Amino acid sequence: MSAREPAGASPAPAAAASGAPDRPEGDVLLRVRGLQVHFPIKKGLLLDRTVGHVRAVDGVDLDLRRGQTYGLVGESGCGKSTLGRAVLRLEEPTAGSVELDGQDVLALGRGELRSLRRRMQMVFQDPMSSLDPRQSVESILTEPLRAHGVPGGPRAWRERVLELLEVVGLPASAAARYPHEFSGGQRQRIGIARAVALSPDLVVADEPVSALDVSVQAQVVNLLEELQDRLGLTYLVIAHDLAVVRHISDVVGVMYLGVVVEQAGSDELYANPLHPYTLSLMSAIPVPDPAVEDSRERILLTGDLPSPANPPSGCRFHTRCPFRQATRCDDEVPLLRELAPGHVVACHWAEEVRDGRVRASSASHDPAAVAEEEAGSPGA
Amino acid sequence: MTQTTARPTSPDRTEGGAALLEVRDLGVEFVRRGAEPVRAVDGVSLSVRAGEVRGLVGESGSGKSVTSLAVMGLLPHRSSRTTGSVRLAGTELLGMAPRRLAALRGDQMAMVFQDPMSSLNPVVPIGTQVTEVLRTHTDVDRAGARDEAEDLLRRVGIPDPRRRLRDYPHQLSGGMRQRALIAIALACKPRLLIADEPTTALDVTIQAQVLELLRQLVAETGTAMLLITHDLGVVAGLCDDVTVMYSGRVVETATRRELFSRPAHRYTEGLLASVPRLDSARGEPLRPIPGTPRDVLPWSRACAFAPRCPHADRDCADPSLALRAHEGLAAEHLARCAHPALPEGSEPVAAGAGA
Repeated sequence: MSAREPAGASPAPAAAASGAPDRPEGDVLLRVRGLQVHFPIKKGLLLDRTVGHVRAVDGVDLDLRRGQTYGLVGESGCGKSTLGRAVLRLEEPTAGSVELDGQDVLALGRGELRSLRRRMQMVFQDPMSSLDPRQSVESILTEPLRAHGVPGGPRAWRERVLELLEVVGLPASAAARYPHEFSGGQRQRIGIARAVALSPDLVVADEPVSALDVSVQAQVVNLLEELQDRLGLTYLVIAHDLAVVRHISDVVGVMYLGVVVEQAGSDELYANPLHPYTLSLMSAIPVPDPAVEDSRERILLTGDLPSPANPPSGCRFHTRCPFRQATRCDDEVPLLRELAPGHVVACHWAEEVRDGRVRASSASHDPAAVAEEEAGSPGA
Repeated sequence: MTQTTARPTSPDRTEGGAALLEVRDLGVEFVRRGAEPVRAVDGVSLSVRAGEVRGLVGESGSGKSVTSLAVMGLLPHRSSRTTGSVRLAGTELLGMAPRRLAALRGDQMAMVFQDPMSSLNPVVPIGTQVTEVLRTHTDVDRAGARDEAEDLLRRVGIPDPRRRLRDYPHQLSGGMRQRALIAIALACKPRLLIADEPTTALDVTIQAQVLELLRQLVAETGTAMLLITHDLGVVAGLCDDVTVMYSGRVVETATRRELFSRPAHRYTEGLLASVPRLDSARGEPLRPIPGTPRDVLPWSRACAFAPRCPHADRDCADPSLALRAHEGLAAEHLARCAHPALPEGSEPVAAGAGA
């Protein structure tokens, strides 16, 4: 697929071209095929030459069933936020297709897109910078209703605002107040109320809890789950925190440098992670339990994320992979392969890694830390 | 630090030479003309021994960062008042002449801040920022300092350190910047290292690298470390002892294993129950703490956590709630709670026994 494909005129993907959802496996609300988002790197003052592209998202396929939650995890710079924004066309994709309920989102004109936005909304990470500090909560929540011409006029809108506040667990008196009068968790509730104001089908939540205090995060996670049951929402949740993602997602995709390297049902992924990147990501997450922490086998990655403007050849993870092999990894791009039902992974050596036939080169079992622990902890 | 009431230190733990940092009854008030003073830290006591890591845990507004700034003597003189006692290897730091304190900072005690981008000077090369500390506190010459800086960068795991010395902060990645900051903090082999949320701005795989680095440093050099964090997972992996703060006071202190296996204060208990764990079964709803860290009562009237606490009752409206030992808990496990969560079978000594 050419990187310069004009957005909008997306090439029809193999099987999913027809609008009607005729697949027996279930009701796919969001279907993404071969999605690419490349940002040009410009140089020069007058000529504005394009000297390269940052491949933020580089060919992602994704299916999201109605009523489910898809969790997208990865580190900063892996393209997960860009993907979320591209799905809503807040970012124009370079190539690929996005279908909401069989409707090609990328082919829509401005007006059509605007009316489709009613059905797909977003919750942002930082509730302070995504709420206008000079607008009252009522005004913030009325705005989507007015913008999309929800019938009934001001009186009906006001009722809807009060209903929304009730839904997200805020008192009716909140309507007259301003964002700065609320705590972080309450502000995020306002952001969520705004997102669900138009009863959308799809909500893209980009790091919905990471800016909040630990004791408040759980409240917002529970609220999101409650709203899903109550309003039949479908979520695309983007987060770096695997523990949170695992908690709320049905399906989890792991992204690295613009591509999905592994995808599986939430329980399956955590029980049987296959991709070396997923393995190291999971081993790096601190668990609030000393017994677990002391006995864990850590796979420490070396180095930083390579530049997405110039991704490594072959498998993009090979520069940091502890399981890197002499053949294939450096020069052959691994495709997503289904190793268990619904569990796909892009690694040439996934089976060998799983069966222990390929060992991590720099996996530290951390004997030093354990020894230090035993010597260091005061006996009395 | 206009007013300092130096108290005699408690003789029990300092005398053995055990605790390197001994904070006793630390209080910090921020004053503003025409406004009530704000008490950010209230009667905080803690100690850190050489070669050990103490975790200081709390949410935003708990006073954990202010505590660390008070220890370093970095609070603004004009608008804050610090009381109590902070002793580093027996030397009282509060009320010390600014020049003497400045000589200690960077040499005997050093700090790693949360955001490396805003604590490194953006217009000065990394190398100069490392050698500056060395040249200030030791009498090495320029060439010697440069060699030492190169060695430091190598030790904290920065590849190609000679070239990196000439780089500016923006040329390094987030993890590399945090490593450079750690290198600066370690330049003079400080006896005390205070790390304020050192990995919060980093990705998990980079966080794992930095934590591993800190763990090695403490083990190899015998540095005493005070680690300030909100992440209980980091505490579980790295700290020996843990102090939990809420609204400016210490609410619980224990060894790491004690704290996680038998959290006594209802706040600690709630905090542990509300974080989703990677290894827990899926589908259980989280049990959040209601309210927000802003819903507090002043300690002078009651337990500050009472408005959010499911076990709060009249006993909690006690201004004299002390940080004390409880039956059924280890001797050094202290909690400031009228109705602590105690292990099965051990009834609380006084409170709530009749209910």
